[in-house]
Amino acid sequence: MDLDGLVSKVKENFPESILDASTFRGEVTLHLRAQDLLPICRFLHDDRELSYDYLTDLCGVDYYPQEPRFQVSYHLRAMRTRHQLRLKVSLPGVNPRVASVVSVWKGANWLEREAFDMFGITFDGHPDLRRILLTPDWEGHPLRKDYPLRGQIKAAGEEE
Amino acid sequence: MGIETHLGNNVLTTSLEKLVNWARRSSLWPAGFGLACCALEMIVTAAARYDLARFGMEVFRPSPRQADLMIVAGTVTKKMLPAVVRIYEQMPEPKWVIAMGACASTGGIFDTYATVQGIDQYLPVDVYIPGCPPRPEALIYGILKLHEKISKEKLTER
Amino acid sequence: MAKTETMIINMGPQHPSTHGVLRVILELDGEVAVNAIPDIGFLHRGLEKLAESKTYHQCIPLTDRLDYVAGMSNNLAYVLAVEKLLEIEVPPRAQAIRVLLCELQRIASHLFWLGTHAHDIGAMTPLFYSLRERDEILFLFEMVCGSRLTPSYFRVGGLAEDLPHGFEAQCREFIKTFPSRVDEYETLLTMNKIWMRRTQGVGVISAEEAINWSLSGPILRASNVNWDIRKAMPYSGYDNYEFIVPTGKNGDVYDRYLVRLMEMRQSNEIVRQVLAKMPAGEVRAENPKVVYPPREKVQESIEALIHHFHIASEGFPAPQGEVYTSIESPKGELGFYLISDGSSKPWRFRVRPPSFVNLGALPRLVKGMLIADVVAIIGSIDIVLAEVDR
Repeated sequence: MDLDGLVSKVKENFPESILDASTFRGEVTLHLRAQDLLPICRFLHDDRELSYDYLTDLCGVDYYPQEPRFQVSYHLRAMRTRHQLRLKVSLPGVNPRVASVVSVWKGANWLEREAFDMFGITFDGHPDLRRILLTPDWEGHPLRKDYPLRGQIKAAGEEE
Repeated sequence: MGIETHLGNNVLTTSLEKLVNWARRSSLWPAGFGLACCALEMIVTAAARYDLARFGMEVFRPSPRQADLMIVAGTVTKKMLPAVVRIYEQMPEPKWVIAMGACASTGGIFDTYATVQGIDQYLPVDVYIPGCPPRPEALIYGILKLHEKISKEKLTER
Repeated sequence: MAKTETMIINMGPQHPSTHGVLRVILELDGEVAVNAIPDIGFLHRGLEKLAESKTYHQCIPLTDRLDYVAGMSNNLAYVLAVEKLLEIEVPPRAQAIRVLLCELQRIASHLFWLGTHAHDIGAMTPLFYSLRERDEILFLFEMVCGSRLTPSYFRVGGLAEDLPHGFEAQCREFIKTFPSRVDEYETLLTMNKIWMRRTQGVGVISAEEAINWSLSGPILRASNVNWDIRKAMPYSGYDNYEFIVPTGKNGDVYDRYLVRLMEMRQSNEIVRQVLAKMPAGEVRAENPKVVYPPREKVQESIEALIHHFHIASEGFPAPQGEVYTSIESPKGELGFYLISDGSSKPWRFRVRPPSFVNLGALPRLVKGMLIADVVAIIGSIDIVLAEVDR
């Protein structure tokens, strides 16, 4: 299914949700409204024709200092037709939250935890949202652009 | 450890020193402590082609309490650091540490928020082996240098 | 009525069977593992953030250290992503050499997996045999690029250099003897009653669940899902070679073992075909602003010298946009998602790590298994902690 067919199918069911649709280097990207993410994901998963049953990847991006600052990218794949799709949602810099898609693809569990750990994006409805790669008492979210590469200097007495 | 307390300060210990040092260096048992890529070269060094067993390192002990050498092979991250130090403290004396690879010696290419820039900030390192990763022959050379270092040790210092 | 409680014990991060610094918190009801929660991050080195401060070429050595058992595959996935972003066509000889080295790397990775997996379950002999073959492959890599473990041999637009003299002859020697070596491993393990009892029926996952958990690689194929990126979405000229994609029936640890053994044989076959069909020609694309010029030209021509200096010191600007490319690495689907803002350094360098995603399914695989099976299952997922944690 090409870009126009896909866009019109999604627009039938979610008329207001697609903010942008584009192709670059042969990859289709849909930019969605953040609050419609979960119903659209469920639709893309359950629909017989589209059947995007495989979540390839989920990650966060920080566009500091632009607003909206954060973005979450979802890479989907339909195993039967081998079509791939990228969904993006943009989130504000202060208190970024989006619905969790763990109920659609179980593989999103750890991927969302990592986006929370590295960027501080909260996924509503995630069963166990806590840090995964850093220690539980770590302060700050390292992949944010305003977090220094070498780390933040802590109180005197603790090395960096 | 027990020998030194019995001898005190007033006994000539040269020949005994040589004997004890020979025994210690010829059967160094490493605690299996591979952290990252250097661990692969360490495992290969223990396998058939490079064969560490001919230097006395017959087995890599899984438990630190039965080991006397800790080869820190790989990057030490801040999350892993407490475990590394605790395992070092669990090893009984006499014990030695080899920092294998660039990451264990100085942090390597990972000069980031999450990496300890060299394990010698927390543990006393005896031999540094540079390389990313060092070849098995380099590891064997480092171990032989450690053997030389052990043969020069004075009993009263340990 | 007696009250029973489950016992929580800690496995790792220093443990002989966890293949690195993995910590698993086991909740046990006697010998039965009720739950196994992995605690990862002990090798998180900040690689993704480090890559944002390096030019595209400087990121290549960083990718070596991701899945350190299979360095060439990581390099390939990354340079394919950059080449897609820049729309660079790689010449056929470079593509063929890339396939050759990546298949040799697949054999080396599976050999290491075989030795350590068997060692965990208690069969200590295969380790010495498989490391013997792996050393021969690492000799071949050393001949090509100077390094056994961290090659950094591929460049954006092709390879660093052409293959050296004597490589093809030694490679042919290797592939002639390799199938008989795989037969040796099979005599040690495949029909071994203890091996079969320890691995059959352990860690079973069905095809639909495997897809829903986003598993990839041999663990997905062992659950009877015929999905291999080399066949489904071919890259680097894989569609020129004929090979079978092995799948399993039951999705247990034994099937994963059989799938990987068969993959080793198929990789040997692909290497044989590549050597037979190797095209002649250039190993670098023509694009002076992006692709490093050959050494000889740099010493003779001033433009080549200037380009070399520019590429090495400042890098090349990439067009604005984002790409996602993935390959079938020995562990599964290894992907790179690069976002470029038009400058010479990536804005976002995201690694889609197969070991991380596969390990996320560990609690599901371990449910109801015995504590000894936990070790077998962790081994069968085939994780590399540097890829899990980056």
